[in-house]
Amino acid sequence: MSLYDLLSQRLRAELPVALATVIEGPALDGTTPGGTVLNGRLVVTDSDEVSGTLGDPELDRVVARDARAELEAGRSGIRHYGPQGQTTPEDLVGSSTIRVFIESWSPPPQMWIFGAVDFTAALAKVAKVLGYRVTVCDAREIFATRRRFPMADEVRVTWPSPMFAERGGSLTSRDAVCILTHDPKFDVPAIAGALATEVGYIGVMGSRKTHAKRLERLAEAGVDQPQDLDRLMSPIGLDLGARTPEETAISICAEIIARRTGRSATSLRATSGPIHA
Amino acid sequence: MKELLDDVDRWRAKGVRVAVARVVDIEGSGPREPGAAMAVSAEGEVVGSVSGGCVEGAVVSEALRLLGGERSPGVVSFGYSDDEAFAVGLTCGGTIRLFLEELDW
Repeated sequence: MSLYDLLSQRLRAELPVALATVIEGPALDGTTPGGTVLNGRLVVTDSDEVSGTLGDPELDRVVARDARAELEAGRSGIRHYGPQGQTTPEDLVGSSTIRVFIESWSPPPQMWIFGAVDFTAALAKVAKVLGYRVTVCDAREIFATRRRFPMADEVRVTWPSPMFAERGGSLTSRDAVCILTHDPKFDVPAIAGALATEVGYIGVMGSRKTHAKRLERLAEAGVDQPQDLDRLMSPIGLDLGARTPEETAISICAEIIARRTGRSATSLRATSGPIHA
Repeated sequence: MKELLDDVDRWRAKGVRVAVARVVDIEGSGPREPGAAMAVSAEGEVVGSVSGGCVEGAVVSEALRLLGGERSPGVVSFGYSDDEAFAVGLTCGGTIRLFLEELDW
């Protein structure tokens, strides 16, 4: 199997993989005198598996280690090394520098949507555009069907608590939980479940009045810590004046992006400073 | 890269040579992140993008020159703040560096 085949297989299966490529540097193997070793390439996975070579075993070891770190952080960028993988500035004095581009692909972020309602289909659609792996959850078998949510990656007929017990541990700061049910039987355990995870975004649908009532019910269920309640984005979404399910989905997803980037979500015209931070 | 796979696989299966350009570095304001990629087949088909449309045309001609043996693989810069930068600029005023290579691995 070629390195490209290995890379594309991992990408298609949505498994973590990093590709390290020498983009500038002196000849290491003598076959391209004065030039760059442009055949240097490593494919690194989250296990101990490494394929390919950058031309030096020690360089391979150090770059593979850094590639795994980039993979964990979900980052891509250029790193500098000496010909044998030296990374400390003292070791690099007087030696040539090899520039390696490490590109990492982590599995897509997850969005769990609780409640199989009209808004769910629109939100799932927009979330797919943004690259999320979307799971729709509802306890009502007649609503939580594949036919109603063909765009979702997964439709689960389940109550929130077992879902969080089973898979809550997989949620990270990149992921989102959107609770669209409006039904206290469902949204109280969904909120409690989400708060017990590391999930980066928790949005709960409902009017300001609904939210106030929900806070009372959450308090009855023992969810009353200010630092927990502070994580809830409710009413859900940005103030766009959204009306339709599709517009609401855009307002929710825009809020998720703004929360992640820490930006103000006002018109760029009204702000100053760099656009792409 | 992921969004390129279907086309790249199709080209490779036909034995058509493929060049790929990936964003490796951005200075200042850049429209795409490192890793944004486009691929160009020797038959002139194109998939993917590396900017907001500002430099794609120039990337295609460099890619075809690479496949034609008229240039070497390596880093190509676009923008105004770099002496080596190509004349084609980014509307947003930043500089992007691409790594251009043949996908023969």
